[in-house]
Amino acid sequence: MANTMQFDLVSPERSLASLEATAVQIPGADGDMTAMPDHAPTITTLRPGILKVEAPAGASEYLVTGGFAQINGDGLSVLAEKAIPVAEVTRSHLDDLIADARASHEAAKAGDDQSVVDDAAKLLADMEALGTHMSL
Amino acid sequence: MPSLKDLKNRIESVKSTRKITKAMQMVAAAKLRRAQESAEASRPYAERFNAVMAGLAASVGGSDSAPKLLRGTGSDDVHLLVVMTAERGLCGGFNANIAKLARAKADELRGKGKTVKVLTVGKKGRDALKRDFADLFVGHIDLSEVKRLGYSNAQDIAKDVLSRFDGGEFDVATIFYSKFVNVVTQIPTAQQVIPASFEDEATGDDSGAVFDYEPSEEAILADLLPKGVATAIFSALLENGASEQGARMSAMDNATRNAGEMIDKLTIQFNRSRQAVITNELIEIISGAEAL
Repeated sequence: MANTMQFDLVSPERSLASLEATAVQIPGADGDMTAMPDHAPTITTLRPGILKVEAPAGASEYLVTGGFAQINGDGLSVLAEKAIPVAEVTRSHLDDLIADARASHEAAKAGDDQSVVDDAAKLLADMEALGTHMSL
Repeated sequence: MPSLKDLKNRIESVKSTRKITKAMQMVAAAKLRRAQESAEASRPYAERFNAVMAGLAASVGGSDSAPKLLRGTGSDDVHLLVVMTAERGLCGGFNANIAKLARAKADELRGKGKTVKVLTVGKKGRDALKRDFADLFVGHIDLSEVKRLGYSNAQDIAKDVLSRFDGGEFDVATIFYSKFVNVVTQIPTAQQVIPASFEDEATGDDSGAVFDYEPSEEAILADLLPKGVATAIFSALLENGASEQGARMSAMDNATRNAGEMIDKLTIQFNRSRQAVITNELIEIISGAEAL
């Protein structure tokens, strides 16, 4: 059994990472999941969160928002609309994201679809939790 | 016959024109390299995205529950043409070619009795189409303040288009842009983005693998289709950016060469006139001396 798998992280503007990884923790829309080599083929959408990569060369973390992850037996591709290495994330990045989430929450509240409002509220809470988690 | 002074002035003026076109060509060359790099950097995302979408679309597409963005509204009476051009001119036939393609498409659709709406991105396309289609314009997106194209620009355009689609303003959306082949070749292209059509790229490496979907296939598709529109627009913007600089580079290269030829021609004319003046003076002096 292979110990590592090919991991690619790409955003529309550039490719951020392409390396051999042993495990990757993905913030899936239905909850976090960890992909390891020989994981069952899966496609999941992402919620905004932290993507943790464990590789023989060392661990790394990325802040990702939107997009999806495609897992197949020998590799994992994450296509994120926005992806920033955690070390480069600043408070202002997060403030932008929170402002976006808050705006969509307000917009949803104006409508009458309760599930949309709930989703937006959850997104907002996620964002704020992220800030606390990263102690920014 | 222009005087010597006139000729001298003209040579000077053509020389300074040549300096300007030369500088523009070099600036375009530098920008082209950057534009090409970002176009290449965006390619892996677009390719993978389309591969996954093609797979999803193939498995869900046939059913009635498929999202509207994929299935369409059921009619194709109202067409939205998103015409993407440059903000600046002096780039050869770049803007004109895109406008020409859009105009042909609009005429064809109107000939079939469809309603056409036009959304322009970039000032030059708007100017080119204003005369024929001013009454069809539904909006304009200005990118002249944008220094470096980012995904967020594409998202803004996509948001505009999608909100119009949700509002039932149109049934089919087509984007017009120029595909970059190399510095001398750019192909004006029309690409339909709504309802989405994915080329059959699913026959890639992962064919045969059966995927689990989390959440359901439909939910993923509904989530990703709007992003697909943004992705298509983003690639088009980048291709356009590279094409514009390429077209400008070759146009300015031509202009520089033409200015050089003109300078040579004018210099020969100048020298001939000067020689004629000298010869004339000599004849006058000699015949004056002989008369004595």
